[in-house]
Amino acid sequence: MAQTTKTIYVDNAATTAMCDEAIAAMTPYLKQVYGNPSSLHTAGQVAKEALEAARARIAAHLNADAGEIYFTSGGSEADNQALRSAAANGLKRGKKHIITTAFEHHAVLHTLKKLEREGFEVTYLDVHENGIVTPEQVKEAIRPDTALVTIMFANNEIGTIQPIAEIGAICRANKVVFHTDAVQAVGHVPIDVKAMNIDMLSLSAHKFHGAKGVGALYVRRGVPLNTFIDGGAQEKGRRAGTENLAGISAMAAALDYVCGNMEKNAKRLSALRDKIIKGLSTIPHSKLNGDRTNRLPSILNMCFEGIEGESLLLLLDDKGICASSGSACTSGSLDPSHVLLALGLPHEVAHGSLRISLSEDNTDADAEYIIKSVAEVVEYLRGMSPVWEALEKGEKPHLL
Amino acid sequence: MALYSEKVMDHFRNPRNVGKIDDADGIGEVGNARCGDIMKIYIKVNDGIITDVKFNTFGCGSAIASSSMATEMIKGKPIEQALELTNKAVVEALEGLPAHKLHCSVLAEQAIRSAIKDYYDKHGIEYDKEMFPDFDEDEHDHGEGEE
Repeated sequence: MAQTTKTIYVDNAATTAMCDEAIAAMTPYLKQVYGNPSSLHTAGQVAKEALEAARARIAAHLNADAGEIYFTSGGSEADNQALRSAAANGLKRGKKHIITTAFEHHAVLHTLKKLEREGFEVTYLDVHENGIVTPEQVKEAIRPDTALVTIMFANNEIGTIQPIAEIGAICRANKVVFHTDAVQAVGHVPIDVKAMNIDMLSLSAHKFHGAKGVGALYVRRGVPLNTFIDGGAQEKGRRAGTENLAGISAMAAALDYVCGNMEKNAKRLSALRDKIIKGLSTIPHSKLNGDRTNRLPSILNMCFEGIEGESLLLLLDDKGICASSGSACTSGSLDPSHVLLALGLPHEVAHGSLRISLSEDNTDADAEYIIKSVAEVVEYLRGMSPVWEALEKGEKPHLL
Repeated sequence: MALYSEKVMDHFRNPRNVGKIDDADGIGEVGNARCGDIMKIYIKVNDGIITDVKFNTFGCGSAIASSSMATEMIKGKPIEQALELTNKAVVEALEGLPAHKLHCSVLAEQAIRSAIKDYYDKHGIEYDKEMFPDFDEDEHDHGEGEE
């Protein structure tokens, strides 16, 4: 198939381009205001003021207090710190049970696997075919020894949004710490940690037009947080290391930007997303993964029977389309996505997945080009697929 | 993409010998959809020479490239020579595969052997059974070799 020079980037769940506002907010802290926020001199104190101003702005977007925001190196670190801390504090009171879902990000799942080896018991809630866990499942799973419930706000591969406020209310009523990995949700959908009864929340700047390598963990006042990196007294002693002030300033500006445009972008992107879903659904034996409507405005994920996802991605790349088959974190793995398997998709179908994650830079013309290109590539790959041949000859039943 | 060599990308983008042979003398199919790759190879044999070869593959970029390269390497060759084709030779001809993709080259080698065995079986040609260890439908070798 022919290559092209045009580029349409639709892998914004993997990472985003920085917005101009974030770049502008970052640059003064690279050279002009380069003091260490821990230094007593004026240069240090100016930096300290900027750090705390950024903290307050980020907190405000979550309806949190500034003192409840701890800066980290990103979403994975925030998840690791939250889970480790909640587990250790639960253990102190003899609580060794954790509730989660089967389709969390690996930053959560791999940490939980380690905790299981250390003696914790983890309940993995079913996320059903629609990719949504119910509050009732959480309620039923809570035990007297439950130390933590950790459920992602929105899934990174399929985009489905979980009933976070309802789950938060159940956890609060049962006095169980509730953490949510909101890496894909922050800046995309409204979040109010108080109204939603969230105790801990992870976020990552580069998913909303901030810089890579910086994120934050919200921890409600009163919920204990253990030290994750030993050293200096930064982040109230919970996370040592000189703060990434440039990245943090950019994160605050990026959050101002995305939250300021949230309603407008959500409306436009949802329409664009739905247009692509509609267009790709005309491909025979295809399937939208996850609930049709209860999803992030920016993410859609589809399976096409009889083809394999990597070939599809490489050929789309040749056509200038940067997409994903699921999570960028697991590419290189031979196994299909654990998220799609958690929805109950058979292995052979889960191999043929495509995730498209939009940003406000994407246009109607992009959507049309994507629909046309995916249809062409799927048809081409099916033409050389012995699996497709067997399905079409009726030797095997179509699963989609 | 830096994941693959130029050679792999060339054979992936412009695969040689894609298709089917309706009156094939031998057909070999290996792999399974559960693992994410299936190769089906068709051969035409005349006077002990593989005069034509086609493939259909469901799989990743390296699976398609391995099928393309392997079919190129046996086309026009005597059967005995085709039987000597190793996955290592395919990997070398492709200027390398990532370690976790080496099983694709193993599948290509197996698919060719399977097609030749089918040719022998269909044409009543005797052969040493030990030349063809059974191709298990469910468990295929995920490969050893050099990157």
